[in-house]
Amino acid sequence: MNAKLADRIATIVFYLIALLIIGILSGLIGFILVRGLNVIDWHFLTSPPSTLTAGGGVAPQLFNSLYLLVLTMLITIPLGLGGGIYLAEYAKPGKWTDILRLSIEVLSSLPSIVVGLFGFLVFVQYTGWGFSLAAGALALTVFNLPLMVRVVEQAIRAVPREQREASYALGVTKWQTITRVVLPAALPGILTGTILAAGRVFGEAAALLFTAGMSSPMLDFTNWDPTSLSSPFNPFRPASTLAVHIWKINSEAIIPDAKEVAAGASAVLVLAVLFFNLTARALGRWIHKRMTSGS
Amino acid sequence: MENRATSEWANQLLRPDKKQRRLELQGRLMTLISAWVIILTLFSLLYFIASKGISTFLFDGVSLSQFFSGKWAPAGTPPSFGTLPFILGSFMVTVLAAVISAPLGIGAAIYMTEIAPSWGKKILQPVIELLVGIPSVVYGFVGLTVIVPFLRDVTGGPGFSLLAGVLVLSVMILPTITSIAVDTLQSIPRSMREASYALGATRWQTISRVLVRTSLPGLMTGVVLGMARAFGEALAVQMVIGNTDTMPTNLIQPISTLTSVITLHMGDTVPGTVYNDVLWSMALILLLMTLVFIVLIRWMTRRGES
Repeated sequence: MNAKLADRIATIVFYLIALLIIGILSGLIGFILVRGLNVIDWHFLTSPPSTLTAGGGVAPQLFNSLYLLVLTMLITIPLGLGGGIYLAEYAKPGKWTDILRLSIEVLSSLPSIVVGLFGFLVFVQYTGWGFSLAAGALALTVFNLPLMVRVVEQAIRAVPREQREASYALGVTKWQTITRVVLPAALPGILTGTILAAGRVFGEAAALLFTAGMSSPMLDFTNWDPTSLSSPFNPFRPASTLAVHIWKINSEAIIPDAKEVAAGASAVLVLAVLFFNLTARALGRWIHKRMTSGS
Repeated sequence: MENRATSEWANQLLRPDKKQRRLELQGRLMTLISAWVIILTLFSLLYFIASKGISTFLFDGVSLSQFFSGKWAPAGTPPSFGTLPFILGSFMVTVLAAVISAPLGIGAAIYMTEIAPSWGKKILQPVIELLVGIPSVVYGFVGLTVIVPFLRDVTGGPGFSLLAGVLVLSVMILPTITSIAVDTLQSIPRSMREASYALGATRWQTISRVLVRTSLPGLMTGVVLGMARAFGEALAVQMVIGNTDTMPTNLIQPISTLTSVITLHMGDTVPGTVYNDVLWSMALILLLMTLVFIVLIRWMTRRGES
């Protein structure tokens, strides 16, 4: 009887914990969306922030976040594919592979502010670029790359051995087997992982304070010359992203509607994370269906 | 005629094709370079942070005992750079967040793997994944607009406090702990549960005496990973913790952590000054703590395997 009572109490406690967590999350998301969706409108998304008066938007920050994401992925995806393929197909157990695995582990668990400071020294100061999108993208690469490598390695390892052996049996070389047989089979896993990693990059801020900078120059969206400072596409201009903007207006802004702007920008960020999350799932499911139905 | 065609074809297959071999080599080289980039990045990072962080002691004449003392007065005459309040702040925030988050996270994992009907898991799994994805500044913003005013009303203090930091961080690290605990619990073979039930144990007895005990190293790994995240988190903590240089002796009083001091002052101190170098030394401590956390995790994983 005693053991049964304890069992019943424990069950109730576990239910309460689950309810509490669901409650916290729905409270959190609900709060952000309710507060933020009031603020978001076309004007908010398409106008530049104001420095003194209320009513500014987040257009340059939104663009910077997306552009920085693209730049980071341009560097991370090829390197991540290379590293992942190496670990899954070429690496032999030994000291060198141990060092590589340890490096990946350390890089992916470093505090982002430490990565930001490293980026500040190397990509901002030593290169002479100053605060720039390029420095930001390289800093983000530092802790996104280990994640990408893991994603790629796991996806490749999940491809059944028979598929490789069939390819070798036909006389196909190793590299061709990797690129024509293994990578396409691993593609769903790689894509889902990449999109989830992209979601993380989109919300990152601490590493960007000291690399991409906390301010954005006036952008002229009709200026497509990537060497001009006012061109949105210039990778060597400073750029504050949405996440950095939220931090900055909360800690030092003098605009009267700082709370509203922060709420709006937070909602945009959370919606983006939701979007990345849902896309990754949907895409993974869609590709899986296509590949397994044999068409 | 036919014979010759066959042998040519066989020859082609057996002789290594030059183009093929070049491709083979190129591919191998490309992946090897990517691997090298990772290792070189880590070592240059270690080198740069360490060399900047050490110059405080080598060139600025700040002694280790001063650095670890409790007196922070960078503008005083003579200036003093004791970082103990921030080190203690970082540790307290981390440990307290783990104390709140570990039982909740592990509890949620047990609920998901052992108790929940399938719909319970269907709801909680995406909930946890979503929590992981929410950017830390958003946590900071919510902490600033909800938790800080709430604490101000309840405790009468400023609201910005160690407690506010702990609450924000404990929600942030919850998904880390839960997802690793779920993985660990799921890897326990079914036969173990069945053996326990066969002996007449209740579900709670099975969970507490069999499952938790066998998976303890894995569960602890999750908690340590969460702590590593909490220790290094910068912006969310900086937004709610108050940023004063007082010793953390009180839950409802504003304090600072290593990360919050670096965040606030790296930009407005002049490179090359003692003050600036001290901030780099604090970054070095963060880096060393990451290594400590990793060693701890490796040690526990090895214990779990043996």
